[in-house]
Amino acid sequence: MNILDTLLWGVLPYVVMAVLIGGLIWRYKYDQFGWTTRSSQLYESRMLRIASPLFHFGILAVLVGHIVGLVIPKSWTEAVGMSEQAYHFLALSIGTVAGVGTLVGIVMLIVRRRRTGPVFMATTGNDKFMYVMLLGAILAGLATTVLAVFDPNSVDYRVTVSPWFRSLWILQPDVGAMAAASTSFHIHVLWGMALFAIWPFTRLVHAFTAPLHYLFRPYIVYRTRGSSPRTGSAPVRRGWEPIGTQDRDSGRRRTRPPREHSGSTRVK
Amino acid sequence: MRVMAQVAMVMTLDKCIGCHTCSVTCKQAWTNRAGTEYVWFNNVETRPGQGYPRRYEDQETWKGGWELNKRGNLKLKSGGKLKKLAQLFASPVQPELKDYYEPWTYDYENLVNAPAGDDFPVARPKSLITGEDTKVEWSANWDDDLGGATEMGHLDPIIQKLHKEANDRIKFEFEQTFMFYLPRLCEHCLNPSCMASCPSGAIYKRAEDGIVLVDQDQCRGWRQCVTGCPYKKIYYNHKSGKAEKCTFCYPRIEVGIPTVCAETCVGRMRYIGIFLYDADKVTQAAATPNEQDLYEAQLDLMLDPNDPEVVAAARQEGIPEDWLDAARKSPVYALAKTLRVALPLHPEYRTMPMVWYVPPLSPIVDLLKEQGHDGEDPENLFGAIESLRIPVEYLAELFTAGDTELVTDVLRKLAAMRAYMRNITLGDAPDESIAEAVGMTGAEIKQMYRLMAIAKYDERYVIPTAHVEDAHNLEEIGCSLDVDGGPGMGQTGVFGEASGRPMPVAVENFQALRSRQMGEDPTGNEQLAGRVNLLNWDGNGSPDGLFPARNREDADSLSTTSRDPWTRPDHDTAGSDGGR
Repeated sequence: MNILDTLLWGVLPYVVMAVLIGGLIWRYKYDQFGWTTRSSQLYESRMLRIASPLFHFGILAVLVGHIVGLVIPKSWTEAVGMSEQAYHFLALSIGTVAGVGTLVGIVMLIVRRRRTGPVFMATTGNDKFMYVMLLGAILAGLATTVLAVFDPNSVDYRVTVSPWFRSLWILQPDVGAMAAASTSFHIHVLWGMALFAIWPFTRLVHAFTAPLHYLFRPYIVYRTRGSSPRTGSAPVRRGWEPIGTQDRDSGRRRTRPPREHSGSTRVK
Repeated sequence: MRVMAQVAMVMTLDKCIGCHTCSVTCKQAWTNRAGTEYVWFNNVETRPGQGYPRRYEDQETWKGGWELNKRGNLKLKSGGKLKKLAQLFASPVQPELKDYYEPWTYDYENLVNAPAGDDFPVARPKSLITGEDTKVEWSANWDDDLGGATEMGHLDPIIQKLHKEANDRIKFEFEQTFMFYLPRLCEHCLNPSCMASCPSGAIYKRAEDGIVLVDQDQCRGWRQCVTGCPYKKIYYNHKSGKAEKCTFCYPRIEVGIPTVCAETCVGRMRYIGIFLYDADKVTQAAATPNEQDLYEAQLDLMLDPNDPEVVAAARQEGIPEDWLDAARKSPVYALAKTLRVALPLHPEYRTMPMVWYVPPLSPIVDLLKEQGHDGEDPENLFGAIESLRIPVEYLAELFTAGDTELVTDVLRKLAAMRAYMRNITLGDAPDESIAEAVGMTGAEIKQMYRLMAIAKYDERYVIPTAHVEDAHNLEEIGCSLDVDGGPGMGQTGVFGEASGRPMPVAVENFQALRSRQMGEDPTGNEQLAGRVNLLNWDGNGSPDGLFPARNREDADSLSTTSRDPWTRPDHDTAGSDGGR
């Protein structure tokens, strides 16, 4: 275990987490207006109709696969009587289907983006960079899977990567376990961490506002004025509250109305 | 009973001359930005015609609005919540640009920059989407005035819906055609299906005035609302990736002035006022089993502002007195409920639309005169309604889910008004039997005549102001279009043109519009410390503050000449309304 290992597997994950969480909070506060899917369906939908669901459902399946592989310890699956072969057969078959679906989907999306004039026009530099990172992470992941099948000496990720991943969350990173994994895993994990680090600053943010609350909200939304008084459009900052006393009945602050609003209310 | 107030509009279609002024002024005010080139919050359609976007009324294709499920409950026509989420990654029935049109401009520069030659230089059309040369093939009003109707008239979804008998009468041969104009904007529905379709919950109805807005910060561009709206009046800004829609000019409404489309209407055909309605009964009314009963159900939601019970309930809900007053004077309530001449557009979509229409009584008087009859004789008029050039069946498909009797009733009232008022104009005794024949009284006919023929500005637009003590809360609940060079000229953020926090538009507009509305000088010179907000300047004269003072001394000398409008005694502005 050398310094590089410590930096890569002991420090970097926390840096990435800080960037991801801090970035999300910052963007949520600062740039809600830019927080969108930036859908290009208006320009072209024939190809999108196939490629986009293929990619999105594929990547969701891949996500589930990652969570199962990383979170559930080997001892648990063995405890329920699942053999090593059975586990790997399941993981590999489902994982390959999902992975290939995702790959085909994203390649189709990129081809569509390049070849459909208006869609290409709407592609920013940020988007292009993001596509490189996303495609790279997917390719590295698939390559890792393929290599693991054909290389008899490969190290089982369930005794290297997974314990390291779990150890991160109890703040005692098992650097040695991760360092013992093969180079392909190292590349995939590093690429993955880079992807997470840029996540809040690309269009990928839309994933963090997946509208699951839609299932639980009423159809019709009324919004009324807020309960706290505001001067102008900016919320009142701590230490800058206007002079006034608390209204005991409503819990609202009573303040003198701003001068420019105190004119007559004549209806034309 | 939960009383709520709703700002609503009525349009009397007989007076629409199809000049598109409303569309153009609306576009200049709201959608002259990149990403909204194809967006028309207000558009004027020639009927029969395909409408905008093309064939939007064909809900078997577009799946907009609500329908009833087997148990008789309301359900989005495009599917339930789970189905909507499953279709999030590629919305299956979203109109594409080809269903709208590819916006374009012209290469005007070539007209002056082209090298000298034998040929006249031309300004070639350039696509605003790809930037390349384009062939202009469609637009928002390509079939204006029945353009291309002989070829494409059959594509009108209403024509396709009508049974053969009526179709035989809808002829597209030149001498037998009929047409009328249908200006459309967002209906600000009581039961909006766009709102119900929004996965993010970004679309909301303002509890104060019922205006439906999109929270630009919360919208994530899932674009389900575009599918959900049966009127296709919610648009996807392809540059910002957010949904946008008609705002009912809320910054204007809040200070008591009508929407841009209504203000600039050449025919003075638009009326704006408020309804009081029972919010608790909306869902029940929208679930009325028989489509043809939906009009009546919608009318039943509208509460009588003179009913003491309603007034008491409204006060309990905190609706201010001047709003109740405005509800009593509301021209839309009078036309829709008291006189029952205004009808909702496509009630069968079950969204409870709040823009109402008085159907057109086509040029019937002239027609009868040509045939040698007395065109204003009630007998002749009533008889001729059934054989109008605009078939009643067509109007019924638009306004009453196919109930021709309701439309005929309205048209008979319009005809009766002409006959009844003719007697009065000629100095004869009014013939009460004409009024009785259409179930009205002479007083009601006179009221209708006053509203439809001579109502002045302040009778056509009865808009209570948002309360000043609430004004700073109302403004910017979340909707603002002031980004990307928009009306408020917001800034650009670190992620390019679509990012960053929008700048509030309402503060400045509130003050500037108000000072112009109430001030003596139409340029609003006395306000804003001698500066002119170019967004509010209508090109009228050359206001002093157009070029703000450069240094302090100049500014001081300006401020001594300006007066504070809020402390000035009120002056009578009634005279200035006469010219509108």
